[in-house]
Amino acid sequence: MRDGTIVVAGASLAGLRGAEALRTNGFSGRLILVGDEPHRPYDRPPLSKHVLTGEIPPGATTLPGVGTLRAEWRLGTPAAGLDRAGRALLLADGGRVPFDRLLIATGARARAWPAPEEARLSGVHTLRSRDDAAALAAGLAARPRRVLILGAGFIGCEVASSIRSLGLPVTVVDPAPAPLAQALGRVIGGFVAGRMVAAGVDLRLGMRVTRLEGDRAVRRARLEDGGTVEADLVVVALGAVRNTGWLAGAGLDADEGGLSCDGACRALDGEGHPVPDIFAAGDVARFPHPLLGNRPVALEHWGNAVAQAAHAARAMLDGPDSVGPYAEVPAFWSNQFGLTIKSLGLTEGADAVAIVQGSPRAGRFLAAYGRAGRTVAAVSVNAGRWLPAYEGPIRDGAPFPPITGGADQPRPESVPPGLPAPKVA
Amino acid sequence: MRVVVDLNRCQAYAQCCYAAPDRFVLRGDEILVYDPAPPASDRAAVDRAVQACPVRAIRVEHEDAPAERPA
Repeated sequence: MRDGTIVVAGASLAGLRGAEALRTNGFSGRLILVGDEPHRPYDRPPLSKHVLTGEIPPGATTLPGVGTLRAEWRLGTPAAGLDRAGRALLLADGGRVPFDRLLIATGARARAWPAPEEARLSGVHTLRSRDDAAALAAGLAARPRRVLILGAGFIGCEVASSIRSLGLPVTVVDPAPAPLAQALGRVIGGFVAGRMVAAGVDLRLGMRVTRLEGDRAVRRARLEDGGTVEADLVVVALGAVRNTGWLAGAGLDADEGGLSCDGACRALDGEGHPVPDIFAAGDVARFPHPLLGNRPVALEHWGNAVAQAAHAARAMLDGPDSVGPYAEVPAFWSNQFGLTIKSLGLTEGADAVAIVQGSPRAGRFLAAYGRAGRTVAAVSVNAGRWLPAYEGPIRDGAPFPPITGGADQPRPESVPPGLPAPKVA
Repeated sequence: MRVVVDLNRCQAYAQCCYAAPDRFVLRGDEILVYDPAPPASDRAAVDRAVQACPVRAIRVEHEDAPAERPA
């Protein structure tokens, strides 16, 4: 199919790159991008970093590709529903956008603090969008006495790093035993914890916030041990939920964990059968990953948004059989506390980690993760050039550890990585 | 001008920092900080940075985005 109308629901990275891939693969029909935000597609990774420090204006990260797309834009109009039988996307403003094929790339949103009246206190922020970043940067410019960050995942840690570089006092609270424990485990997370503390972060691990208190504006947080943290700015960094609420009643297999799709990015209906004209890509897409034995997973990775959207575009134009199952090796990066952390593969369910190159003491190392004797992931810290060599072993499930006898690591010591227990499918 | 760097791909070779030092800076060992919206007057320098990148991680678009029009 090279003509007709393709609608892309979602105008962020996956939507933009999917639309571009449709054009570069020869789609000459009508292309309509629908976005809930009023902005043209922009890059999110800088929002938690140089936008917060004021080095980059919040509005500066519009992505290359928007200028030459030959698309129609429906921005600031969230998708509100799907008329599958009538093949039309329904918009919150009452609009109805008919399609021949639909690419769903509605992404995810920040998980809100669970008590709505506390989340509404002024000074309580989440960080997902350009507008969120502008609001948070303005809050920081007012020099709060202390910033409290709820959650020590990647966003929480990057925000903590940015705020420390502004010289503001920061407390980070997380119930896990180490920052980044979900993704990297306690061993590597423990190394990052050392950098955080050295940078002056008041790091409270194994601790929960039970309540945010204040009168209109937030003033303090109450902890489960009865203690309090006095803070006049709070960043809720508790992860993301997928934007699938608008698909309720559409008969697709969708929930807060994502919209299920097959290896060709075709959306699955309630019975698990692929729908021929509806596809999904990016954060919202939950797909069977070959590296996890085809267990469904939704990846919130920049690189996944790009690669999966391109995969979906090819399947939309040339048919699902032409593309094969989507099997990109997951990859992400994070910058924080002077560190560049890069990852390949999926650490989920890993039972071993070994430093196979470099050393934490030198501040530069590569950690390999294994599961049942197979290499499943690798994480570099300030050693990004060592990482690409591990893509092959991860893809092939090579024996773990993938290298032994390296010049700088003659006997890699393998230890449990300290990851949370794997989720039951 | 709009610039984005694929930081999965970036290996901190710093060639962009030599080609366009006002727009690309390496901080610490390998944290690349870049200007995602350089002025049009920097076009030649940014193009040199794109060409100099050994891992082809930099993408630039010079064309102005068309006015947003309703579908």
